[in-house]
Amino acid sequence: MSYEELLTQTALSDERFIVMTAENRALVRNIPAKLGNRFIDTGITEQTMIGAAAGLALRGRIPVVHALASFLSMRAFEFVRTDAGIPNLPVKLSSFIPGFLSDGNGPTHQAIEDISLMRGIPNMTVFAPADEQDLVEMLPQIWNCPNPSYVRINTRPTSYQHSTFEWGKAEVISEGEDVTILTYGLLFEQALVAVEMLKNEGLSVGLINMRSLKPVDEQAIIRATQSSGLTVTLEDHFLTGGLYSIVAEVLLKNQLTAKVLPLALNEKWFKPSLLPNVLEYEGFTGKQIAEKILGYKTRSIQPKISVPQFSE
Amino acid sequence: MQNIKTEPGKLEATALKVREHIIRMSTDGGCFVGASLSAADLIVYLYSEFLNINKNNLDDPNRDYLFLSKGHDVPALYGTFAELGLLERDRLKNHLSVDDHIYWHPNTHIPGIEFHSGSLGHLPSVALGVAIDIKIKGGTNKVICIMGDGELNEGTCWEAVLVASAYKLDNLIFVIDRNQFQANMATEDLIPLEPLHDKFTAFGAAVKRINGHSFEALHEAFSAYPFETGKLNVVIADTVRGKGLPSIERRADRWFCNFNSTEVEDLLKELHGEHITQLTSETLVVR
Repeated sequence: MSYEELLTQTALSDERFIVMTAENRALVRNIPAKLGNRFIDTGITEQTMIGAAAGLALRGRIPVVHALASFLSMRAFEFVRTDAGIPNLPVKLSSFIPGFLSDGNGPTHQAIEDISLMRGIPNMTVFAPADEQDLVEMLPQIWNCPNPSYVRINTRPTSYQHSTFEWGKAEVISEGEDVTILTYGLLFEQALVAVEMLKNEGLSVGLINMRSLKPVDEQAIIRATQSSGLTVTLEDHFLTGGLYSIVAEVLLKNQLTAKVLPLALNEKWFKPSLLPNVLEYEGFTGKQIAEKILGYKTRSIQPKISVPQFSE
Repeated sequence: MQNIKTEPGKLEATALKVREHIIRMSTDGGCFVGASLSAADLIVYLYSEFLNINKNNLDDPNRDYLFLSKGHDVPALYGTFAELGLLERDRLKNHLSVDDHIYWHPNTHIPGIEFHSGSLGHLPSVALGVAIDIKIKGGTNKVICIMGDGELNEGTCWEAVLVASAYKLDNLIFVIDRNQFQANMATEDLIPLEPLHDKFTAFGAAVKRINGHSFEALHEAFSAYPFETGKLNVVIADTVRGKGLPSIERRADRWFCNFNSTEVEDLLKELHGEHITQLTSETLVVR
């Protein structure tokens, strides 16, 4: 099932749902015709859309709002924090082309601080599914929780068959004594590649799909860091405030330490290009990830990375 | 047009009481006196005459809604609530107490406050969402959002007007407390707003500009609701910042006031026309 199919089905079967967009229709092309006046496009007004969503939520609605990740999380930040966060209203943020998914757009469109910003808002919940199947698996619980939610929309396919989503739980793909990679969102597909390469080099490798960044699965982080020689935090996000910071917070809270290798964007925006080129240029292909962990080059072959079907 | 239903003289008497409450809240930490006094008549009129809001229907989805976006005028709202029985009068004495929720901006701990405000340019869009939902459900409730004139510097106010016009929200009324001042100076000396009527008209609204201290004028304007089918209603209420206290009226340096107890007693007398107060407290208190 696709994101749009799930949203259409959900909204048609539950009158509380309102689908909104600040003229970002890529994910909801067919919904206006199906939903009638429960589809609201406010035009290019991210702030006003969030305020209006809060007003709709006051009236008992569950607005699912769409905008590009950078404008939803940053231009509208104060509206999200003040109008959805303070009153704890169930405004559901569907964040389009977050992280590396903004590929060729350039730094204006790079939401690589969104996790940091959104998890800093009291009452907010934050999610980053690994692929479209994971997204569709997670969304029903996200949309039905009473809190505001921020979801890094990721509609890319992977070959992995995900398990049932449990609220606040990470998905443990594998466990390993040498290395465990913690990741979320788009980079899950490259992490799968890296894990195979590392296994071929004889390492015992774990992989965890974080899924939910707030609430975060503290036990999964503690188990991974304490049972592996090395923990890798892999994310298309600034080094500050994302998964690396979350791991540091969890360890410190529990008076633990660990050897952690952060793979993130350190005080820089990424080079705009098509996604496969971005990953290669910035060192985030599966092969490059594996080689950074190993500390040497390998002869393994990087599988082809598909170009995203959306651009905006 | 129906006559004002409140008995003659009662609206004026209520507004006078509300102004007394405002003055009493302007000490021991102070409050935004000028903006509260400019909005007092407007708020008293709306709750007394126009809005279907009372202490028994605050959770009724068919009630009317009032959103106070400018925020600083909340003492006028609390004073009105106290006079109309929505809030116990004694609670006004808790202004700025940690044991209550009566502070410089509206918040939903006070029954009858629909949404918190303080950050300007937010509630026009929140009110917009409520008005859209009422339209979807086919309701007849009215939605009012009171904004300050200084607040109109915020672009999101104008976004909300654009969107409200696009969605033909004739159940939504934006009321501008046009007291001619923003925090530190006259609006026209900083970011000129005039011709304001024309600006809203150009954005697709049906606009009325009236004397915001005249109950007859308020009644005539709001009795014409909805002003035009399919159009956002805008009322520009020309008011005086500090209305009722000649010693602070139209004074740029009397935005936030923290008066001492002698001044408060003198201002209460001034309100009743007895004399002009000699103000000794600090001016231009920045909040």
